[in-house]
Amino acid sequence: MKRIYLDHSATTPVDLEVAALMMTYYTEKYGNPSSVHSFGREARQALEEARRQVAELIGATPQEITFTSGGTEADNLAIIGTAEAMSKKGKHLITSSVEHHAVLETCEFLAKNGFELTILPVDAEGIVSVEDVRMAIRPDTILISVMHANNEVGAIQPIVEIGQLAKEHSITFHVDAVQTLGKIPINVKDMNIDLLTVSSHKIYGPKGVGALYVRKGVRLAPRAHGGSQEKKRRSGTENTPGIIGFGKACELIGKRMDKEDARQIILRDKLMNGIIERIKYVKVNGPLGEKRLANNVNVSIRFVEGESLLLSLDMLGIAASSGSACTSGSLDPSHVLLAMGLVHEIAHGSLRFSLGSQNTEEEIDYVLEQLPKIVERLRMMSPLYDQAIHK
Amino acid sequence: MTLTTKTKVVVGMSGGVDSSMAAALLQEEGYDVIGITLQVWEATGPEVEGGCCSNSAIDDARRVAFILGIPHYVMNFRSYFEETVVDYFARSYLAGETPNPCLACNKYVKFGEMLRKARGLGAEYIATGHYAHVLRDPASERFLLSNSVDTRKDQTYALYMLTQEQLAHTLFPLAKYPKEQIRQMANDRGLGVGNKPDSQEICFVIDDDYASFVRKRSSGLVKPGNFVDLKGNYLGRHQGIIYYTVGQRKGLGITFGKPMFVVGLNPESNEVVLGENSEVFTDTLWAIDLNWISIPSLKEPLKVTAKIRYNSSGVQATIYPGGKGADHEVMVLFDEPQRAVTPGQAVVFYQGNTVVGGGTIISDPRGRRSLLVHE
Repeated sequence: MKRIYLDHSATTPVDLEVAALMMTYYTEKYGNPSSVHSFGREARQALEEARRQVAELIGATPQEITFTSGGTEADNLAIIGTAEAMSKKGKHLITSSVEHHAVLETCEFLAKNGFELTILPVDAEGIVSVEDVRMAIRPDTILISVMHANNEVGAIQPIVEIGQLAKEHSITFHVDAVQTLGKIPINVKDMNIDLLTVSSHKIYGPKGVGALYVRKGVRLAPRAHGGSQEKKRRSGTENTPGIIGFGKACELIGKRMDKEDARQIILRDKLMNGIIERIKYVKVNGPLGEKRLANNVNVSIRFVEGESLLLSLDMLGIAASSGSACTSGSLDPSHVLLAMGLVHEIAHGSLRFSLGSQNTEEEIDYVLEQLPKIVERLRMMSPLYDQAIHK
Repeated sequence: MTLTTKTKVVVGMSGGVDSSMAAALLQEEGYDVIGITLQVWEATGPEVEGGCCSNSAIDDARRVAFILGIPHYVMNFRSYFEETVVDYFARSYLAGETPNPCLACNKYVKFGEMLRKARGLGAEYIATGHYAHVLRDPASERFLLSNSVDTRKDQTYALYMLTQEQLAHTLFPLAKYPKEQIRQMANDRGLGVGNKPDSQEICFVIDDDYASFVRKRSSGLVKPGNFVDLKGNYLGRHQGIIYYTVGQRKGLGITFGKPMFVVGLNPESNEVVLGENSEVFTDTLWAIDLNWISIPSLKEPLKVTAKIRYNSSGVQATIYPGGKGADHEVMVLFDEPQRAVTPGQAVVFYQGNTVVGGGTIISDPRGRRSLLVHE
């Protein structure tokens, strides 16, 4: 069966060039970057090159990049590290209701341990209001953490304005940019960002690698102790091949970002408009136009469950997502859609397609051909649909 | 088109040996098999080893599906399960009954919502690892439910509520096999689940401590009250009616100089009624929420074999259509008085190996246990 992958916000395939480069550092140049001998030196050199590549993509200096095991660890380091380092100044944190769980649950963990937390609402498109951020700031606020763009509905947040506010009040500003790295130009200096989370496997790099940008001068306590790697911010022998792959992936995506974005916007709109034209009772979740990520389509299809949609699509080889995956593989209604004010049933019927560099127009056509049939079959089984159309 | 489309079946896979073999057998028979595991409950605290709701059970199901080479999905049934099974379970105890949550799960979850979802995925049938047999009676054209060959493992009692529509879309692939053979066949196929112990009774209650579970979910509703005798005389204090079940002797917390048994629970007065052994017996019961399988409805008295609990052997009885005419109620008159007829449990009627129908036992509608009425 032909398979169509439309779940790039979950993960992406590793670029062949990236994979080939990584292989060298598994089998030939396998030294420990901390070793003094030539094996160590060649690994160290490649590691520092990767650091430069990551820094360049976000407008940082290499010294400001700390490698981690991924986005979740970087978020934890940013939030807990700030809380620990700044707790003498204050104990108030601000975040938004549509953050990734790596941010939300870390903040909630701190809230259970003596910190105070303000969780900002979002509007119907999933966007945080700058005014709400301003109102939430208190003299004891030590951290504002707002994502660059949302992973589920693609809503791009007003990061520049929030960064300006944070700067005026001397509050550490953390941005989770896992979904925007390589998709939207990021310049941490212009955007007044103090801490920025990025991840490798969303940009055609390997899994298990990420980084936290830590602006020079920002105070951050380490989470892992016991070695002196990553300027003591993150002890433990570096995942050298992974990091080198991440660096290469940054370089490659940086070169093709503008062109690829324009291409994906065309596919995105074709898919979104096609669904609206072919299927009744559909609602687009998230903003339209420039406030939306180029690769994100999220729709709620009424009277069907997203879970059944996903399974039916999978049986045809089409990979999409709905809600947020949990450890067991079953789905809960999305906290993002609920925060946007969607009622439970409609949040349950949501479906996300996230495009990537290998998707073609033919693939979109195939989805548009199959999806209406699936929806019709599921609606035939839905007592709610029956009631609604016979009202 | 030259290719023939295989009939699609969704198998509810719990990770245990029975449902794993159900999937394997259907696949061998040529069906297009899809495995589904329902996530129904998330226990707080450490996982119950071998419990059907644990992540390790899900992992087992996933692994078996992988070995068989069939697609496998985990479906989130947590809120639906809580509404239809767990809430009912607690409510029933508070109402002085002894519920059977597996019956509610079969009715609403497995053969209700799971069947509906399976049909939505394009499946003609659902299948489970129950030991039971569905067949069609050529004369009446009704779908019948009868014992599997392994009568010791027979699970028809827990399936009496299946409607004709549900039976028409249900397969029980284990019908032809005894349990020991199923275990052997699972080992022969290298499924890795052949020696797993049989699942425990109530999958969402840890250590079988149902009373603590109900108390935690119903804050303030479990209150101490009085033990009384059949005439209403005060005998002592009890901890709350949820802690007692009809027929119980041990654990009453007080001694009476002679063996005393729970003969009834009265939620209105919060009383536990105690009596002597003879008073635990009754020759009559009433049942509601009836479902008929081999017959369209009960119009006149019928001689049957009745089972009043999961593991009991059947006893001879005659069933009478209820006073209100329709199928809302039946009276069951046993040939011999039966011990500990328990409101909340099911009574299932058989003729030979075939299920006639069944319903939920209620306390005697005349307010007292029927034994007294016959005195």
